[in-house]
Amino acid sequence: MAELLQFLLSGVTVGAIYALVALGFTLIYNASEVVNFAQGEFVMIGGMTTAFLSAAGLPIWLAALLAILAAVLIGIALNKLAVEPARGAPVLALIIITIGASIFLSGTAEIVFDKQFHRFEAFSGDAPIEIGGATIVPQSLWVLGGAMAVFAGLYLFFTRTLMGRAVLATANNRLAAKLVGINTGFVMTFSFALSAAIGALAGVLVTPITFTSYDVGVGLALKGFAGAMLGGMGSPPGALVGGLAIGLVEALTAGYISSDYKDAAAFIVILGVLFFLPQGLFGAKQVERV
Amino acid sequence: MRLSPKHATLLLLLAILALAPLVFPSSFYYRVFALIYVNALAVTGLVILLGFAGQVSLGHAGFVGIGAYASALAPMHLGLPPLLALVFGALLSALVAFVIGRPILRLKGYTLAIATLGFGILVSMVLRNEAWLTGGPDGVAVPALGLKDGLKGLGLKLKTSELWYWTSGIVLLFGAWLALNLQHSPSGRALRALHDSEVAAKTLGVDVARFKLKAFVVSAVYASISGSLLALMNGFVTPEVAGFLHSIELVTMAVLGGAGSVIGGFFGSVLLTALPQALTFFQEYKHLLLGLIMMLVMIFMTEGLVPSLQRRLFGRTS
Repeated sequence: MAELLQFLLSGVTVGAIYALVALGFTLIYNASEVVNFAQGEFVMIGGMTTAFLSAAGLPIWLAALLAILAAVLIGIALNKLAVEPARGAPVLALIIITIGASIFLSGTAEIVFDKQFHRFEAFSGDAPIEIGGATIVPQSLWVLGGAMAVFAGLYLFFTRTLMGRAVLATANNRLAAKLVGINTGFVMTFSFALSAAIGALAGVLVTPITFTSYDVGVGLALKGFAGAMLGGMGSPPGALVGGLAIGLVEALTAGYISSDYKDAAAFIVILGVLFFLPQGLFGAKQVERV
Repeated sequence: MRLSPKHATLLLLLAILALAPLVFPSSFYYRVFALIYVNALAVTGLVILLGFAGQVSLGHAGFVGIGAYASALAPMHLGLPPLLALVFGALLSALVAFVIGRPILRLKGYTLAIATLGFGILVSMVLRNEAWLTGGPDGVAVPALGLKDGLKGLGLKLKTSELWYWTSGIVLLFGAWLALNLQHSPSGRALRALHDSEVAAKTLGVDVARFKLKAFVVSAVYASISGSLLALMNGFVTPEVAGFLHSIELVTMAVLGGAGSVIGGFFGSVLLTALPQALTFFQEYKHLLLGLIMMLVMIFMTEGLVPSLQRRLFGRTS
C-alpha cells in the first residue's frame, strides 16, 4: 500500500508539470489553432536560465523571474517571427515550423549553456516529508501548489476579466471576435506570452526534483501533448485531468512494469486516445468543413 | 526534342553519379557521396509519402532503424546471408508499416505527426533497452556484405569506398526510377488528388485509405533499405540511427529541396549531408541550423529550394 502511495505521489508531481505543458498547448491552440511543438522548450528555458543565473550568484526568486521573462520574450518572438508570417500556410508547414523552432531553441541552449544536467536549490530544503509510509520532497508541494495556483488564476482570468473573455471569444470564432472589435492578433501574441510564462514557471518549479538539460523539451512537449489530447484539445480542465493522468500512468508503469519503458506509456496512451476517443475526455467533436 | 521531367530527373542523377568521381580530389569524397545517396534513398521514400500523398511522418527513422538492425542481427541470429538480411529488413518494415499504418493514417495533421513521432521513439526505445539482442546504446557490429570478394572473383578490383559509392548510387537510381514511375502513374495521380483534398479525392472514387497505406508502406521500405545500406557501409550501428533527430533530419532534407519532387529531395540530401562534412562549424551548430533551416524554408519557400528555383529560372514548374 505504501508502495502504491509512493508511485501515486510521484505520478501526481510529474503529472502537474505535464498538465502545465498541456495548458500551454491549449492556450495557443485556442487562440490560433496552431499546435506549438516548441512548448516543451519553454520549460527547458525556465529551468536552465534559473540554474545558470542562480549559479552566477543571483537569488533564486530573481533568477526565476528573469527566466520567466526570457521565456516570455522568446514566446513573443516565436509568434511574431515564425508563426504569424506563416499564417494561412498548410498545417504541415506549421508543424515543421514549430518542430524547427523546438530544435532551434534546444540547439541554441546547447551552445549558450552546455550539455550537462543542472539543478538548483529546492525552495524549502530537501528533507523528505512522510505521508502514510511514503515520502514526498517539499519541492513536490511547491509543484502541486504552483500548478493549482496557475489553473485557479486562469479560471478567474477567463471568467472575470475583459481580456480573458476576449481570448475566449477569439477561441470560439476568430472572425466574429474580430468583427466585434477584438484585436485577435494581440490575443494570439498574448497567448504565446502566457503559454511561455506557464511553461517556464513549470521548469522553475520542477528542476530541483528532476534536473534539466538542453534536450528535455521534446520529451516534455510530447507528454504535455498526450495530456492535452487525452483531456480534449482546447479544454483547460481537460489539460489538467489529462496531464495528471499521463503522470500517474507513467509512474505506475515505472513502478510495476519497467522503468526502461516508462516513456512508452505516454505514447501508448496517445495512440489509444487517438484511435478510440479522438475528441478526448472534454473536447468538442471535430467535423471537417469542405 | 523535349525531355519529360521523369527522364530529365533520371538523366541528371545518372550524370551526377557517373561524373562526380572525375572531380573527386580524394577517396574521402567517395564516402561522402555514398552517404548522400543512402540518405537520398530514405528521403525519396519521404517524398512519396510527404510530397505526393501529403502525409507527414516524424518517425521514419524508426524504419531506418529496423533496416539497419536487420542487417546487423539477422545474419547472426537467423543465419541469413547479408543480402537476404536486407530483404528481410525491408519485408519486416513493410509489415510493420502495414499493421500500424491502417489505424495511424486515419489521423490527420497534428495527430498524425504525433502518432508517427511516437512510433519512431518507441522503436529507438526498444533498440536502446533490449541490450541482450541489440547491444543496447553501445550498438552492434554488422557483418560485411561480401560484395568486394564477389567482384574480385569477377576480376573487378574496387576500394571499399568506391564500392559503396557505386552500390548506393545504383540503388538510389533504381529507387528514384520507381518513385518517378509511381508519380506519373494512376496511383501517383490518386495520391496527389488526396494530397490536395481528401474529401474531393474520395468523392471522385479514390480509395483514400488504400492509397495512403500504399504510400506509407512503400516509403517505409525505402527507409529500411537506406538503413540496411548505412549499417553495412559503416560496419556498425547504434540506436541513434532510429532516433528522433534522424527522423527530423530526413524530413528537413525533403522539405529543404522540395518534398514534391524526387530531384528536390535529392538536392536536400546533398546539402544537408555535405554541409556538415565541409564546414566544421555546421557540425557544432547542427541542431540550431537544422531548426533554422526548417523554419526559414517553411516560411519563405513552402515548396522547397528546387521548385522555387525552377520557377524563378524557367517561369514554370515541372
